[in-house]
Amino acid sequence: MASALHIRLHPLPTLLLVAGLAVLPVVLTAVDQPFYIVLASRVLIYALIASSLNLLIGYGGMVSLGHACFIGAGAYTAAVMVRAGADIAWLTWPAAALAGAALAAMIGVVALRTRGVYFIMITLAFAQMAYYVVVSLRVLGGDDGLTLPHRARYGFGLDPGSDTVFYWAVLVVVLLLMTGMRQLLNAPLGRALQAIRDNDTRMEAIGFPVFRIQLAGFVIAGAAAGLGGGMLADLNQQVSPSLLHWTQSGTLMVMVILGGAGRFLGGVLGAAALLLAQELFSDVTTHTALGIGLVLLAVVLFAPAGLAGLWRQVAR
Amino acid sequence: MTAPPGLQVHGLRKRFGGITAVDDASMTVASGELHALIGPNGAGKTTFIQLVSGAERADGGRITLGGVEIDGWPMHRRVTQGLARSFQISSVFPAFTVLDNIALAVQARSQGRCAIWRPVVMRAAWFDQARHILDEVGLGARSEIAAGDLSHGERRRLEIGLTVATGARVLLLDEPLAGLGADESGPVIELLQSLKDRTSVLLVEHDMDAVFRLADRISVLVSGRVIATGTPLEIRAHPEVRRAYLGESTA
Repeated sequence: MASALHIRLHPLPTLLLVAGLAVLPVVLTAVDQPFYIVLASRVLIYALIASSLNLLIGYGGMVSLGHACFIGAGAYTAAVMVRAGADIAWLTWPAAALAGAALAAMIGVVALRTRGVYFIMITLAFAQMAYYVVVSLRVLGGDDGLTLPHRARYGFGLDPGSDTVFYWAVLVVVLLLMTGMRQLLNAPLGRALQAIRDNDTRMEAIGFPVFRIQLAGFVIAGAAAGLGGGMLADLNQQVSPSLLHWTQSGTLMVMVILGGAGRFLGGVLGAAALLLAQELFSDVTTHTALGIGLVLLAVVLFAPAGLAGLWRQVAR
Repeated sequence: MTAPPGLQVHGLRKRFGGITAVDDASMTVASGELHALIGPNGAGKTTFIQLVSGAERADGGRITLGGVEIDGWPMHRRVTQGLARSFQISSVFPAFTVLDNIALAVQARSQGRCAIWRPVVMRAAWFDQARHILDEVGLGARSEIAAGDLSHGERRRLEIGLTVATGARVLLLDEPLAGLGADESGPVIELLQSLKDRTSVLLVEHDMDAVFRLADRISVLVSGRVIATGTPLEIRAHPEVRRAYLGESTA
């Protein structure tokens, strides 16, 4: 019943993936490659952020080109809190999520009155405004951004300086949010979002408040991106306006399309593929962008469901 | 004592630039009545539906539903209040199964329609109601097919099913027989007949045989004005109507 819309994760592969991710830092330490723990943390955080954009683009049909501003809202919120001494991750990260949600609510109220290319342009315009606000505010460090004296603490006797502890904290949060996203998509609100993507007029005509539902989706995605920003601030121990730059929004969109818009793991796969490719090939060539461009072209032409859809495409 | 009016439209007006599409149109759909709205092409019938359903904003006039003024309300709120419309060109969710289409309309009027946790597939009551409606519109055997794969005639029935599934007391049906062959329109006419017992219907339709068979009353719209309202017999005999409309089509 209703199987096509209901997202199921096969328990065994999911369990294996989660177990693999959990022991990854131990393995990397054992083979003396601790640098990759930080990279893995970055991949996890971007997996979350790209998934939040996938919720908008792939499931909600809201093609936003301003998603980076929610990352920025979260990152700067967390940075300011850590610098002010409110340096508990379980405070700074929720605060970052709230900042992303608040900004998304303000932008969404205006932007969601438009459709199609106008929506793309208006989200881009708002994100650029946020970018210039951050650049011009001295209290936020202007062009230079802010540095964090240390990462936020976790309590429980955990060492905030340890990359492994940070990785695990991020992993727990990202897994919780991905579980929540799946639950949301299978729930009535998630189904309504997808139906609005397919036919918003009909949704209004059967009695759904389309604008409010889209705004709810937009705010949820903004909150997740803000949370990702809060974690990025800790990861880099630094925040800068480049987090909000429109090219960042573009990169996120590339991740979603590469991974598979409207596929549950699309954001995860896209973020992992793009970041790992950048890492692997940056030693070999400075022209990674060209390669990524060609791969993206191939995906759009031959595998429109992205990496997440490739398996099914090959299997068929 | 007569039943309270289902839908009252008074002095409805709409201009597009220099063209007056609906010009001081008034009509009443009584509770439980099937009221047909006919008129030549370009008379403003679809605009009338657009205005009453809330898809477009009227320039003037008053619309009341069961005694409640609904002018200026957004469409979704009118639906919740009990006024739903169908589309002349079938508007469905092509990627969703037929059952999921109807279940969405059931969801729209159910508690927890925008809930964020318990999965839709666990809400069996929604699907039970949806199946019931599918049987009614004759699509019970097609429930697991993607709506985009239905034939034109089936999609017309799904269109009506979506409108019925809203549970509205007053339905605005915009040419439900459009594009149907003689063999396909028969079952749809029967379907419309069965709706008469439960709901009030404002039917816009070009198929005059169907209109005169189904309608309790008929209003004739010409150039955005309602020039006559009456029983099918009265409308058939009305001189102005014959001149403006029926004369053309039966000549």
